[in-house]
Amino acid sequence: MGEIILENLRAATEGHAVGATEADAVDSMPARWVALPVSTEQTAAVMRVAAHHDLAVVVRGSGTKLTWGARPERVDLVLDTTRMDTVVEHAAGDLIVVVGAGRRLDDLQAALSGSGQWLAVDPPRRGTVGGLIATAATGPTRLLHGPVRDLLIGVTVVRADGVVARAGGKVVKNVAGYDVGKLLTGSLGTLGIITQAAFRLHPLPEARRWVSVPVTEPDRIHVLVQQVVHSQLVPTAVELDRPATGDATLCLLLEGIPPGVQSRTAQALDLMGAGATAADNAPDWWGMEPLVGGEVLLKLTHEIAGLAPLLSVLDDACAATGLTSHLRGSVAVGAVTVGLTGAADAHALARCVADLRERAPSFGGAVVVLEAPGDLKADLDVWGPVGGLQLMHAVKRQFDPERRLSPGRFVGGI
Amino acid sequence: MDARGLADQLRPLLGDDAIITDHQRLRTYECDGLAQYKVTPALVVLAETTAHVAAVVRACAAAGLPFVARGSGTGLSGGALPHADGVLIVMSRMREVLEIDRANQRAVVEPGVINLQLTRAAQPQGYYYAPDPSSQQICSIGGNVAENSGGAHCLKYGFTTNHVTGLELVTPGGEVVQIGGKAIDAPGYDLLGAIVGSEGTLGIATKVTVRLTRTPEAVRTLLAAFPHTDQAGAAVSAIIGAGVIPAAIEMMDALAIEAAEAAVHCGYPGGAGAVLIVELDGPAAEVAHQFDEVEAFCRDNGAFEIRIAADDAERALFWKGRKSAFAAVGRISPDYIVQDGVIPRTALPEVLRRIAAISDEAGVRVANVFHAGDGNLHPLVLFDAAVPGESHRAEQVSGAIVDLCIEYGGSITGEHGVGSDKAKYMPRMFNHDDLDTMQLVRCAFDPSSISNPGKIFPTPRLCGEVPGRHKGAHPLADAGLAEVF
Repeated sequence: MGEIILENLRAATEGHAVGATEADAVDSMPARWVALPVSTEQTAAVMRVAAHHDLAVVVRGSGTKLTWGARPERVDLVLDTTRMDTVVEHAAGDLIVVVGAGRRLDDLQAALSGSGQWLAVDPPRRGTVGGLIATAATGPTRLLHGPVRDLLIGVTVVRADGVVARAGGKVVKNVAGYDVGKLLTGSLGTLGIITQAAFRLHPLPEARRWVSVPVTEPDRIHVLVQQVVHSQLVPTAVELDRPATGDATLCLLLEGIPPGVQSRTAQALDLMGAGATAADNAPDWWGMEPLVGGEVLLKLTHEIAGLAPLLSVLDDACAATGLTSHLRGSVAVGAVTVGLTGAADAHALARCVADLRERAPSFGGAVVVLEAPGDLKADLDVWGPVGGLQLMHAVKRQFDPERRLSPGRFVGGI
Repeated sequence: MDARGLADQLRPLLGDDAIITDHQRLRTYECDGLAQYKVTPALVVLAETTAHVAAVVRACAAAGLPFVARGSGTGLSGGALPHADGVLIVMSRMREVLEIDRANQRAVVEPGVINLQLTRAAQPQGYYYAPDPSSQQICSIGGNVAENSGGAHCLKYGFTTNHVTGLELVTPGGEVVQIGGKAIDAPGYDLLGAIVGSEGTLGIATKVTVRLTRTPEAVRTLLAAFPHTDQAGAAVSAIIGAGVIPAAIEMMDALAIEAAEAAVHCGYPGGAGAVLIVELDGPAAEVAHQFDEVEAFCRDNGAFEIRIAADDAERALFWKGRKSAFAAVGRISPDYIVQDGVIPRTALPEVLRRIAAISDEAGVRVANVFHAGDGNLHPLVLFDAAVPGESHRAEQVSGAIVDLCIEYGGSITGEHGVGSDKAKYMPRMFNHDDLDTMQLVRCAFDPSSISNPGKIFPTPRLCGEVPGRHKGAHPLADAGLAEVF
């Protein structure tokens, strides 16, 4: 039977299908085959094979976030998108790009920069644009330019049953039909396989300055962030880096034309007070996940003014469970990541996460476990409480009634 | 049970004055802002609370009757067109701004709140609500959510969908669900993204949490007059090409200018083949520098007169002509069709020439008003319904313009929505599988298809029982435990 399946997958991809190796395991769940379609049509053919043989399919780009979410219940086939990496159309005058889902973001940025444009997601990374959408990946500049969902203007998707559909288009302003692209954003490959995407682009700024200030007290951090968001500085990003020990750093990115950036830099230095400095380059931690020992990574969201409570809840939860935290993220947006270390036993981690969730109403957000070692993750509810879950189940039942796509990876066991 | 029976059932709960069954009064709700479609609803209900809305929807669901939500009734695609056998749920009594939360840069409002009312409520704290449809003095936030409304300033600030962070939704089954909130990125599917812009087909929003935007430090506006739309289009390309993102760039052609002059005496420069309104906002130093650049681009591309607004009053006058343009066309033509197609901005000069050719060939006048920065056209196709054959010709010209937008890789609607009016054009832009896939979302939210049926999709999808459910959902979810971790 396995021979026939591989043969069918090879037929669907002009020979680009192989037996899986250990390296193809998804969150330590072994896979059986890997298919590498080069086009939407081949992806559809692969999905028809998967439907015929009842294969569970996990879609993979560069594989940098393949361990996000819960461990899938089963993985038969890894559908690798990296051969679909063509820039289909870059209309510089219209500030849009249409690109294959398997294109790496750093490669896309390189292709766009010659025209003085970029897809406003920083920093450049080796993850694919399909992965960017599927994980709703976030970066510092979303403060000004919006999250990936707002930059995505059109999408081609292959459904679980192999049907190919498009939604949106390649113009920025478009309200024709449902915005399926937004529904796919952050869906971790559980609704369909994105094969091509259209994005709006932004001009690269002429000038950039990063203004940083060391700051220790949580209340002081909170006050500074409030002053910045209500100011006229119009920062492109406001990032906080708060290691387990020592000073935290609050850093603003100011972009625009040189005279404007110069005057706003002076205002920012003034506002941020003693110790503030300006630089032409980003700090080395900019937009990176705070994974020191690579152990546990959380995503916390918060109301903008919920920052002080969040920091105190986090410190309390860590103190009570013997963990240390490194927080980094977009505090003027309300989305940060936290690396936890010292989680020797699953119990301490579970308690820490439970503490954070219990007190989450004080900062108005959610606590999601993005990454954790397999043995710890198995016992954790990585997603936590989810509003509107029944509607989400209903959406999943419509798009993937046989639970073929990444079963069990998403919220509520979706 | 029919809608009349429903009225008796709902009266004790909502009160006599909230239930309208009198035919004459029902007729006042027979259309929205697109008056060429008229349907008298079987029953009108004036909701005052979420509980009212949920009760009405539950009653509809139990009786299998369709319902349509209506805000201020300003929509231009017949999105709030009633259903003859159904209930029209009027949301305009739910008009309280519940909270202006400056520290979190959010507001929480009821859906009947008027767009401009929200901005006025936020202004004393240095904030405003960015999406500004031309109808902002009367259109409601609930309607904006349904239509994903844009406006002149969405070039820089985005559409409603970019500004909604939370909703209280009454589902088509009558359940009240909280989605999102003041924080962003709620775990799970981006239901907000699906709901905003779904034109009332996925339920009714009863509370809306939106982003507030900081009032810019500086705003500068100019009006430039050009001999022809080609030069104005070239100026737009030059501005965008230089990396300037204005808050707005609006264009009107000679016929639209003529109409605006007749209606509101906006005093635009005489003899112009096109005028551009360009507005920049943001930090003062940036705005000052880029405003000079924009002025130069206009001059270099043939502007024969440039006026710069000295104050808010002059700025308002520039905008008056533009924002009143649709209604103003009534001064030069008894009837007109407004189109809302979008094209890639760089195709603007070419598409305008082709629209002119279509117009000449058919002998039907077309006035052009548009959001030039994002290629959103509003061709106004002028006709006189009293003259035999004119309506038909106008409809054909209108359809030809839609085809043109699709041919250039654009969209049939940029901000007005599909509604009743453009459902027939959807298959020109999307194929069967595209539409089928969109309707999977509809089936998930509204399997009985009672929430604003007949809008968006020309052919409804039968949701039915989904095949292959033998594997079932996650056991926790099936047991109803997945939400109580």
